[in-house]
Amino acid sequence: MKLIIAAIKPYKLEEVREALTAVGVRGMMVSEIKGFGSQSGHTEIYRGAEYAVNFVPKMKLEIAVADAIADEVVETIAKTARTDKIGDGKIFVLDLQAVQRVRTGESGEDAL
Amino acid sequence: MMKLTKLTGLAAAMLAAAPAFAQDAEPVMDKGDVAWMLVSTVLVLFMIVPGLALFYGGLVRAKNMLSVLMQCTMIAAMVMVIWVVYGYSMAFGGGTGAYWGGLGKLFLAGVGPDSMSATFTDGVVIPEYVFIAFQMTFAAITPALIVGAFAERIKFSAVMLFSALWVTFVYFPVAHMVWDGAGLIFNMGALDFAGGTVVHINAGIAALVGAIFVGPRIGLGKDMMAPHSMTLTLVGAGILWVGWFGFNAGSNLEANGGAALAMMNTFTATAGAILAWALLEAVLRGKASMLGAASGMIAGLVAVTPAAGSVGPVGAIVLGALASSVCYFFVAVVKNKFGYDDSLDVFGIHGVGGIIGAIGTGIFTAPGLGGTGGEDYSIAGQTWIQIEAVAITVIWCAVVSAVLYFIVSKTVGLRVVADDERRGLDLTAHGESAYHS
Repeated sequence: MKLIIAAIKPYKLEEVREALTAVGVRGMMVSEIKGFGSQSGHTEIYRGAEYAVNFVPKMKLEIAVADAIADEVVETIAKTARTDKIGDGKIFVLDLQAVQRVRTGESGEDAL
Repeated sequence: MMKLTKLTGLAAAMLAAAPAFAQDAEPVMDKGDVAWMLVSTVLVLFMIVPGLALFYGGLVRAKNMLSVLMQCTMIAAMVMVIWVVYGYSMAFGGGTGAYWGGLGKLFLAGVGPDSMSATFTDGVVIPEYVFIAFQMTFAAITPALIVGAFAERIKFSAVMLFSALWVTFVYFPVAHMVWDGAGLIFNMGALDFAGGTVVHINAGIAALVGAIFVGPRIGLGKDMMAPHSMTLTLVGAGILWVGWFGFNAGSNLEANGGAALAMMNTFTATAGAILAWALLEAVLRGKASMLGAASGMIAGLVAVTPAAGSVGPVGAIVLGALASSVCYFFVAVVKNKFGYDDSLDVFGIHGVGGIIGAIGTGIFTAPGLGGTGGEDYSIAGQTWIQIEAVAITVIWCAVVSAVLYFIVSKTVGLRVVADDERRGLDLTAHGESAYHS
């Protein structure tokens, strides 16, 4: 099993969710995050005071999937979230040791 | 609010139209006037809580939200008590001194429901209790304006002690000097319809002195100190604008054409000021900001305060736009150059806007510019009187405020410790948080 962590542009979230559902993903965790990468922040001015905002808002997706579809999920996220502009985000893939469904106690791929 | 010695053209016209009042006639109380003044009084209260409290509260960081709301609320409550104990007497106690009204009305001695106060029209009176209550709200809002200068780092005890001392030694004397028939500035013939000198210049100067005494916030220029809720700031600014109709049109003391003129001016000057600030920002930095529009709104309201009863509605637009532009320059350029941390721009908007308004009143009251000045009105003469009135207020306020800040710094101390400042005043001074996620 793999744990896929992706940081994407916030407005791409719904599109990515739809595309992932279509390839068989049955659940994900989503959080609003801030971070920086190649994309620089912006400045805000309040009366005379100027502030550099270095961290850019992103959406973080955490998706646990079976090995069999891991590559396809990564590919789907990359394809859907891509705008070809700086700041499209990153995808990380980690090995996932164990999963358990809280309600039933099922474990492994059955719990995904 | 002023008992004018030099009648404006409008007041003179009103007098001429009412020859029925013979010299020895019984003074008349009009229930319409009384109703309007009762409403005006609560409109000014609405400016303090929640208007000013929210305007300021939105401008600070979330960790200091409650401290600002609390300071505005507590100052207002304390000054109301002081006002009936000795404040009203010091300002309007009936004494004939040039600097204070004496102790004749301590604890409102001798005032009852049948006591009456004069208005602008000979022979027309309003209950003294209405005048006392209306004036009380002015005394209550003025020290609350100052807290914006040292917000986010001041000790709560310092705010309370300073405000009590400041109304006693600055506000009451200046209110007497400007508005009482025996007052020094009043008798110079200065025009201050609703408190440009007494409220705004006074608060603005005390704010500048305070910002210098208290020192900048930790992390100024490095940490993000952006307003935590521009939404609440606009809500507060909007409430201030509405409440300001009580402040300005109420200062006419009667519900008549003079009050209507003050209301018109309170619309047009503010509109001109909002447009000017937004236009300046759009031209100079490419984007017009919401905070800029809200700032322009307050700058226009401040500027029209002394002028509301005597300039014309079109002159008021120019006055508002002018004041707004100068305030923009002070807030965006001058403050950064000098490095004082007038955190919420009390000096930049109330002090500077008040000074432009007070001097501009001398210019725009001229009949040729749409004002209500009489045939023999002299722009140069009146403007010079206005400048003198501003100078007296600035010097009195700056010197006495500095002494008071010094006293507070040597007794309870001005600033919280650095760690408390970093954690925020809500938790460290009041033991509560504005927001829970």
